[in-house]
Amino acid sequence: MLSRLSDNRQALGLLFMLPTALLLLIFLTYPLGLGVWLGFTDTKIGRPGAWIGLDNFAYLASDSVTQLALFNTIFYTLFASVLKFALGLWLALLLNRNLPFKSFFRAVVLLPWIVPTALSALAFWWIYDAQFSVISWTLVKLGLIDRYIDFLGDPWLARFSTIAANVWRGIPFVAISLLAGLQTISPTLYEAASIDGVTPWQQFRYVTLPLLTPIIAVVMTFSVLFTFTDFQLIYVLTRGGPLNATHLMATLSFQRAIPGGSLGEGAALATMMVPFLLAAILFSYFGLQRRAWQQGGDK
Amino acid sequence: MSHSGNFTRRDFLVSTAAVAATTALGTPAYAATQLQYKPEAGAKLRVLRWKRFVQGDEDLWNANAKKFSELTGVEVRIDNEGWEDVRPKAAVAASVGTGPDIVLGWFDDPQQYPDKLVDVTDVATYLGNKHGGWYDVCKKYGMHSGKWIAVPLGVVGNALVYRESHVKAAGFDSIPKDTAGFLKLCQALKAKGTPPGFALGKAVGDGNNWAHWLLWSHGGMLVDAKGKVVVNSPETWAALEYAKQLYPTFVPGTLSWQDPSNNKAFLDGQVSLTANGISVYYAAKNSKEPKLQEMAKDIQHAHFPIGKSGKPTELMQITQMMIFKYCKYPNAAKAFLQFMMEPEQYNPWMEAAIGYVSQPLKEYEANPIWTADPKHTVYRDAASLMLDNGHAGPLGTASAAAMADYIVLDMVAEAASGSKTPKEAAARAAQRAERYYKA
Repeated sequence: MLSRLSDNRQALGLLFMLPTALLLLIFLTYPLGLGVWLGFTDTKIGRPGAWIGLDNFAYLASDSVTQLALFNTIFYTLFASVLKFALGLWLALLLNRNLPFKSFFRAVVLLPWIVPTALSALAFWWIYDAQFSVISWTLVKLGLIDRYIDFLGDPWLARFSTIAANVWRGIPFVAISLLAGLQTISPTLYEAASIDGVTPWQQFRYVTLPLLTPIIAVVMTFSVLFTFTDFQLIYVLTRGGPLNATHLMATLSFQRAIPGGSLGEGAALATMMVPFLLAAILFSYFGLQRRAWQQGGDK
Repeated sequence: MSHSGNFTRRDFLVSTAAVAATTALGTPAYAATQLQYKPEAGAKLRVLRWKRFVQGDEDLWNANAKKFSELTGVEVRIDNEGWEDVRPKAAVAASVGTGPDIVLGWFDDPQQYPDKLVDVTDVATYLGNKHGGWYDVCKKYGMHSGKWIAVPLGVVGNALVYRESHVKAAGFDSIPKDTAGFLKLCQALKAKGTPPGFALGKAVGDGNNWAHWLLWSHGGMLVDAKGKVVVNSPETWAALEYAKQLYPTFVPGTLSWQDPSNNKAFLDGQVSLTANGISVYYAAKNSKEPKLQEMAKDIQHAHFPIGKSGKPTELMQITQMMIFKYCKYPNAAKAFLQFMMEPEQYNPWMEAAIGYVSQPLKEYEANPIWTADPKHTVYRDAASLMLDNGHAGPLGTASAAAMADYIVLDMVAEAASGSKTPKEAAARAAQRAERYYKA
């Protein structure tokens, strides 16, 4: 029996996959499934709930705070991701050059990403403080402004301030990943291009970018997912204030589910994020990973 | 529990109480606590409490627990958690039926799962009879359908904190007792360049406290006695109009303020009037900097003004001890609750907490901590002044969720900042509250 099993490559393959499959099932599928199921119930912390179908979703769709949080989340993700991509790519291109102390710079760039979010968020909290902001202080001392900037107290300023903090933190991930991608591009391609007499822009547009696209697709998918589900930064900086202007789906979900005790509603809020995340993944899959386009065949 | 069984034990309690009282009279030096419950053999207790605000609190609490262990042989393990984490932990313990035996929860925690808690009517009644009675608000917090489900431990007081010299310079001898006068004071302070500041960001403690006072002092409330949402009312509009007039006097940035913000701004001299626990004063008093020590001399405390209801309408953080039904040693747990609330333990503990926590039992008003420094006295009255967070409705999951979702605080912030009109803000709050108070 055992020997027959070990001869059967397929059975053996399945057997070897079993431990991983079990791990995924227990630690990924079960919690996710439970979360989705909770979203269809009126469970409170400390009290089991009953199935209420789409009630939570119907309520949330009409809830002005949820609508605002959805808008905030999309705005936050869009702006932060575009900025992270543009600045990250620029940084990667700079780091890819032959700089003095190359490895030192490459290591240092990673710092914002390595520092625990809660810690860097605290630093930003002080930087943005209404009374003690070092930015406001400097500008006042320079005589450029006469009152402190209300970074986290004005709804739009707060949105942009939190985006800036997120971008600062997210750039290293994008930059270093893209740098790795840049390193895989063979120098012979650049040599061939320069023999053809291309401008630097043409070199970037027709050599670097097409070859980097697969990496960009992966990196930006991750970046969008991280940004869309951001929690720590907002929770430290504003907890969703002022006037809920920086409440993201994740922070609102937590506020309702844990301190508020409405586990079902919080789970529903979290579940509502899934379609958006799927859309982001599908976009990168179909939009950016098309082979033909990568190989320059798609015009 | 059968009625007759209950009766005989009550009898026993009363008689031992009388014995305890006479012993205390006869030999005043005798200070050991007479326990009303005999802990089960081999009992062990796990207590979950919120992490202390001042070291003295934790030291004395642990010392008292150790005394209890020495007296009874019951091993007590104490876990500390951040004050905002206790609530979800306790709820999960109630739901899964395992966890700490005793939890020091906040606000209406016990009211969210009353059937998961041990009936402590005997402990509370005994303590109330012996020590001057519970304040009314403590009864509402601790009782459910005529039974005590938790023993109130104390109230983290909140009061107006102000710079006496700045208030005088603005032309006032003290904080006005009415809302109209209070507005004038704030306007005068602003004119003098020494503005007030109250948290309007997501400040769990400071923000909720003053926002509820604002609403209640004008006669507004989220729900009526039956739990019907009545927040969209002329009284609320008036409160929000008042907030709109008050807000321009604030230091800029209060919309982003979280709990520590007003402490920092006050100690830096940027704010001359705010609402807080006693911590601002202590930070100044215990500071090594001469500038802050000077400020401590200038700091004064006062109660919030009284609005049209003619009664104080403040919100403060109450903490209660609850025993979960899954606890294997309910008698040991009850003995622990009684022990910690008895004056031999409670008074030194409250003193060590230097005014952060005030008593739920009237007799302990006499504790010297409240008069050792006249600036402490205001915090003594916490439980006699405050309303419960579900006012005027019932306490339970709805009241807890409504506050955790910042419905009142958001409403005040929206109206104060002018992002919504008072009527719009009140209508939105009503809509949000309906969700929690439906059915």
